[in-house]
Amino acid sequence: MPSPYTKILKDGILSENPIYRQVLGICSALAVTNLLANTLFMCFGVIFATTLTNFTVSVLRNHIPKRIRMIVQVIIIASYVMMVDIIIRALAPDIHRFIGPYVGLIITNCIIMGRAEAFASQNKPMPSLVDGLACGLGYSAVLIAIAVVREILGFGTLLGVALPARDLWWTQWTIMVMPPGAFFMLAIMTWLARARLVKEASA
Amino acid sequence: MTALGDMGFWASFALIFVAAAFTDNILLARFLGMCSCLGVSRKVDTSIGLGAAVIFVTASTSALNYLVYTYLLLPLGIEYLRLIVFIVVIAAFTQLVEMVIERVSEKLYNALGIFLPLITVNCAILGISLFMLNKPYSFGQAFAFGLGGGFGWFLAITLIGAIRERINEASLPRGLEGPGITLIIIGIMALGFVGFSGMIKI
Repeated sequence: MPSPYTKILKDGILSENPIYRQVLGICSALAVTNLLANTLFMCFGVIFATTLTNFTVSVLRNHIPKRIRMIVQVIIIASYVMMVDIIIRALAPDIHRFIGPYVGLIITNCIIMGRAEAFASQNKPMPSLVDGLACGLGYSAVLIAIAVVREILGFGTLLGVALPARDLWWTQWTIMVMPPGAFFMLAIMTWLARARLVKEASA
Repeated sequence: MTALGDMGFWASFALIFVAAAFTDNILLARFLGMCSCLGVSRKVDTSIGLGAAVIFVTASTSALNYLVYTYLLLPLGIEYLRLIVFIVVIAAFTQLVEMVIERVSEKLYNALGIFLPLITVNCAILGISLFMLNKPYSFGQAFAFGLGGGFGWFLAITLIGAIRERINEASLPRGLEGPGITLIIIGIMALGFVGFSGMIKI
């Protein structure tokens, strides 16, 4: 892979991570992370939508009039999200029942809008595609980390499979399944990640 | 669900309003509208401004989207287009409101003006319209749900704004400043609102 793409990927996943660095796309990060299976489907949706939206916006960037570009971007995003919605409903109807509204909300996920506006509207299609992919992966990495902790602490399971001999020694932290647990976990993640960034900046 | 149908109009209206505002708070229990909340809640006045705009827009768009869904999308059998239709309705509505306010009242425009474009990308608005579809509401009840949801968001962001104004004075670890501490505050508030849950079932 040529070096500019590697840099875009690294920026998106680590140093410019959408969740803890740019604080975008928080809503879904909190809502779907109570079970790892939900999270995986959500991540698939976001990666799909952000990659293809970035690509499409970039291809069309010289044809969209400046004044109405927001609404055009929203419509592009909405079309891809609709596809994701239909795909998830077909593959996993049970999961769709729970995360359905949040899948629809990928439309207003600021990560996608933000990257389309900040990167894709000024860059060539291929780098934009990689940038979208990188942001989607960065988002997914943080979400999966949160989901693993929340599912283990909250239910004593991982991907629905119980921990070994869970009933003998494990006490479930009900709080982790409820909304406050999501806020605390995300706060701790942001804290850890930012503390490292501060250290690196001062070193 | 039958209980809602048996009740008088105003009783079910009030019940749905309270449930949407407190037991099912859109920000603290459904996690919607977090991005603009984290960005704007630094001060109480701006929180109130954005909160008021959100109440107005959610109440109106949930009613509008209800009509569009029931009388246009369902009869034509194109419910799967709802995402794109809803977002266009919301974007068009906020644009329209912005133009009307600009004409009618300069003062209100200056107070609300910057918040209106933010609202289009506020997921709470689209979220309320989508959650509304999961429940068998009538038109009046859908309006109550939108109004209550907007009010709940207003309440949460105003409280968070007030706490953040105070916390500005405190010295925090560098990594925790900004979003970190705000998330912890919201988490503690969410704990309080969990106390409401189960009081009303809709």
